Amino acid sequence: MNYSWNWGVLWQATGVADTTYLDWLITGLGWLFVIAVVAWSIALVLGSVLGIMRTLPSQTARAIGTGYVTLFRNVPLLIQLFIWFYVVPNFLPTALQNWWINDLGANTTALISASVGLGLFTAARVCEQVRTGIEAIPRGQINAGYAMGFSTFQLYRYIILPQSFRMILPPLSSELTNCVKNTSIASLVGVAEIISQMKTISEYTQNTIEIYTYVTLVFIVINVCLIQGMNLLEKRLRIPGLMTGGSK
Amino acid sequence: MEWLTVFFSDLQSSYPALWHGFSITLKVLVFATVGGILIGTLLALMRLSSIKIFNLFAQSYINLFRSIPLLLVLMWFYFAVPFIYTGITGKYLSIDTALVSSIVAFMLFEAAYFAEIVRAGIQSIPKGQSAAAAALGMSYSQSMRFIILPQAFRKMTPLLLQQSIILFQDSTMVYAIGLLDFFRTTYVRGDLMALLTQYILFAGLVYFSFSLLATFLVKKLQQRLRV
Repeated sequence: MNYSWNWGVLWQATGVADTTYLDWLITGLGWLFVIAVVAWSIALVLGSVLGIMRTLPSQTARAIGTGYVTLFRNVPLLIQLFIWFYVVPNFLPTALQNWWINDLGANTTALISASVGLGLFTAARVCEQVRTGIEAIPRGQINAGYAMGFSTFQLYRYIILPQSFRMILPPLSSELTNCVKNTSIASLVGVAEIISQMKTISEYTQNTIEIYTYVTLVFIVINVCLIQGMNLLEKRLRIPGLMTGGSK
Repeated sequence: MEWLTVFFSDLQSSYPALWHGFSITLKVLVFATVGGILIGTLLALMRLSSIKIFNLFAQSYINLFRSIPLLLVLMWFYFAVPFIYTGITGKYLSIDTALVSSIVAFMLFEAAYFAEIVRAGIQSIPKGQSAAAAALGMSYSQSMRFIILPQAFRKMTPLLLQQSIILFQDSTMVYAIGLLDFFRTTYVRGDLMALLTQYILFAGLVYFSFSLLATFLVKKLQQRLRV
């Protein structure tokens, strides 16, 4: 086995400008965070709206929510990203299409498609968590709210949502970690995030084991940090009297 | 509608390749599900065991695989399987590396997820059952084999099937290591014939229909199995 180990590979100069391989990895990490933040923001907002819609009395609102979830949960994420990247631009109006293809660089369009695609995909998952959280509120509270003359809006605003969002924090945090892990798929539509940087570096240096190990460690660290952060948040926001024993 | 007729006429000639791709997807799915459940059950038993070292091993295994993306796992194995094979035997691999390494990767990766399902299933069986088995003079393996696991598996079959639907969708990620599964075959064909839009949408429709049908069947089964 003729493998030459070189754990210091990250500090080597790449030969491109004045950068080391570590710089490349950090750039990749930066893009990972950009996609994750954009996607998670979309997912949280849209997912909450859809989740609420699935519990409203209105039949149309429910049907829209259900349809969305069915569609986005049954198509693989990779295909969804490919659809946003390769297919959707073909159906844009000509002016918009020109701007998309010519004025925006290939990197930007890939980045936008990946973030939006991942966001819409994760929204379907968040939606299900929000719906479960709302349905877990005892029926009596809702009836009591109506009996006191609350409108549906007030009921959600003051009674249901403050409780259900705190109850679904644990599953939401696992969706958040999934969302961050799924950013890796963006590398397949050409975003230069950490996985594609990893591939490039391993091709340049042939130190595959080392660079893969470093990236694996990066993901473990991100995951541990996210879980710790969410645990802290859960403790802060715990409903007194409920969920005793805290996060475990 | 011209773009549809063009697509359908091309589909007639690409049909055998697509079918072959689909059989690869099924291969990955079946091997990974069966292997994953076996390894996952083993992990779950270790996780619940009173022997510290087993417990620690299973816990770190599950945490490790749950914190890294599937794509990274696939790439690791794609690289590592031939590397280790050559290291041990001194020969080069003559098998289909992409297929074997992706099956191994999915097996070991999904095992971490299956393990959590099996663990929850075992823990849902009342303590009294294992106590009663012990009182009847059964050994640990006997009580697991005849009392606990049959009940636990009955309870968790729907969850295991749901996980394998997720596995079916995630199997598209073998795209990254160049394995010609169903999705990659459609992509390559579409790219070649300048019918990328149609082929990607077609692939999405196929995965959508199968997942939807499977989800529906699992729900039916869940109602059946409800005690």
